[in-house]
Amino acid sequence: MTYSTFMVLLGTSLLGCVAGVVGCFSVLRRRALIGDVLAHAALPGLCLAYLVVGERHFASLLGGAWLAGVVGVGVISFVCRWTRTKEDAAIGIVLSTFFGFGVVLLSVIQRSAGLSGKAGLNTFIFGQAAAIVRRDVWLIAGISFAVLIVVALLYKEFKLLSFDNDFAQAQGWPVGWLDLVMMGLLTVVTVVGLPAVGVVLMAAMLIIPGAAARFWTDRLGVMLLAAGMIGMIASCVGTLVSAGYLVPTALLPTAAASGRVMGLPTGPLIVLAGAAIFLGSVMFAPGRGVVAQWWSDARLRRRTAEENLLRAMYECNEPVLPRCDDVDLGQLRLQRDWRPGWFNWALRRASARGWIELATAHARLTDAGLHEAARITRLHRLWETFLIKGAHIAPDHVDRDADSIEHFLGVTEVAALEATLAQKHVGRIGADDVPASPHAISTADTQREAGHG
Amino acid sequence: MSAPPVEIHDVTVAYDRKPVLWDIDVTIPEGKMVGIVGPNGAGKSTLIKAMLGLLALASGKIEIFGRPSAQQRHLVGYVPQRETVDWDFPVTAKDVVMMGTYGRLGWFRRPGRAERQLADECLASVGMADFADRQIHRLSGGQQQRVFLARALAQQARLYFMDEPFAGVDAATEQAIVATLKQLRAEGKTVLVVHHDLQTVRDYFDWVMLLNMRLVAAGPTETTFTSANLDATYGGRLTALDVAAEAVRQRESAQ
Repeated sequence: MTYSTFMVLLGTSLLGCVAGVVGCFSVLRRRALIGDVLAHAALPGLCLAYLVVGERHFASLLGGAWLAGVVGVGVISFVCRWTRTKEDAAIGIVLSTFFGFGVVLLSVIQRSAGLSGKAGLNTFIFGQAAAIVRRDVWLIAGISFAVLIVVALLYKEFKLLSFDNDFAQAQGWPVGWLDLVMMGLLTVVTVVGLPAVGVVLMAAMLIIPGAAARFWTDRLGVMLLAAGMIGMIASCVGTLVSAGYLVPTALLPTAAASGRVMGLPTGPLIVLAGAAIFLGSVMFAPGRGVVAQWWSDARLRRRTAEENLLRAMYECNEPVLPRCDDVDLGQLRLQRDWRPGWFNWALRRASARGWIELATAHARLTDAGLHEAARITRLHRLWETFLIKGAHIAPDHVDRDADSIEHFLGVTEVAALEATLAQKHVGRIGADDVPASPHAISTADTQREAGHG
Repeated sequence: MSAPPVEIHDVTVAYDRKPVLWDIDVTIPEGKMVGIVGPNGAGKSTLIKAMLGLLALASGKIEIFGRPSAQQRHLVGYVPQRETVDWDFPVTAKDVVMMGTYGRLGWFRRPGRAERQLADECLASVGMADFADRQIHRLSGGQQQRVFLARALAQQARLYFMDEPFAGVDAATEQAIVATLKQLRAEGKTVLVVHHDLQTVRDYFDWVMLLNMRLVAAGPTETTFTSANLDATYGGRLTALDVAAEAVRQRESAQ
């Protein structure tokens, strides 16, 4: 890796980290678009600063951008408060107006004599990370460090402000000032990030890491750390890909004339890397992720099918208990409505667990299977009885109602259920007793006739 | 201290130029459970926010233990309405309760062992000890309400404001709140509760404020919570005031 690439990598990863941390608060306070406003509003500020100073002086450009960003946010709250415009409309108006003004100023600068060519301000629109040099890295590092220190110091205050503004105010915290400090941090980070990722994409650096981190944790502190890491990783990946690492050079476009490999733009690649991490979080995060939720749904469905099969076996055997006869599979299938495929799946599964002995046309409960089936049937009937006695639901409706709940019941709920039923004069039901069904046991046919099919 | 917990002098509060509270004038005695009762839109929450100093007054003055509320924050505890916050926020029940100690901690200081222990005690006293480390999104509505109550207890105040703590809660939560109110009364604290359920007013409160944009009546429950006063509070006689308020708003926003 060349020295200049290393400098770019250092600069962008610091930026990604601090933008991710500060952006968390925007995400949590549902003010994600404020970063976008700050970035877009900064463009005219950059141009005006250039016109005033007359050269591309980094610090003064940043100062101009900071001022313009603050003015932009101020104009939004002014528009909201003094006209009947709603906040989202005000954001849209101010954001595009400032950006439009900035683009006009840009073309003025490019065309005016003596300034053209030297300015290169249009790189601020999409950013030019490759231009980061050692001096810029020092500036970025210093500002990032300062911002992180402020966040660490005011962690408790920011947490309270973000969660419950009114309560913070009632406790005497100067919420208006805290809000300004938080906004100030956001502005500083945005402005420092502009040269690297540009006006258009800066908002993504602020929002994506926080939104992705939220999927992995329920603790604010962990979320801030995770967002910082995600921002850093996205920046590293984006920068490395743009510099030709991590991907085969054959995939990169080459200049037609020289055959030399051309780099892809860094800012957009950072955003794409961040978006990939976000997508991964949405899919694979434990608990909140799509896959985890799908898996827990599927597990419940499998358990439901197993339990329904065992209960059907129990009901078929009920007249001859404790003996267990062979049950005809055709008859068993008619005992309930089965979703396609689930009946055969449940049979194989119960057989594999040693609960039934499965033959081609019939099945028989084993001792272990009978024990399990009795437990499940007991639970179902307890719940049905509760619905009839406690919730006054008609007996011919409870079977399905019980079905939709009983598979969720845990040990404590069952104990509570037994206690409640004992109070309702159903009589104490012993730990091993299976009460009689409180309604006629119907087959799938009769259920369909009754309109439940 | 001889100054009463809350003294309200001729207070008028306006939202968007439309007055919602007119000429409120009342002094709350110390050590009472005070119910603030009135129909929807009567300005009950507004009155509480005004007393907490969260709203600018159009006119008049409010004193907490003899001083402006801005100087008495440490003496005041607050239970906001449950819907006012985002319960998907990434904090645990205990984190929320510890927020009650932030006012005492002051700038930059983090809660330490003493604050954590206090938070545990406050959670236990509302029957939520088992849920300390649970993310607040995974609590029921009543449990969330109890977390808010525990947070107010952690403020260790002398005067409490509670905005509809009984709204939509389960029986266990209602009992926990009532037990808390009794305990606070035993400790000589003053509690102001916005309350909707007229059935329970006599059971819970020894002082009552009947509010409908103006203060209809205030005083000990036995003498104040009368059918005549309730008629005046809930009857349709205040429409004239409502019309006047709307007229004021129209004229001023036309300017």
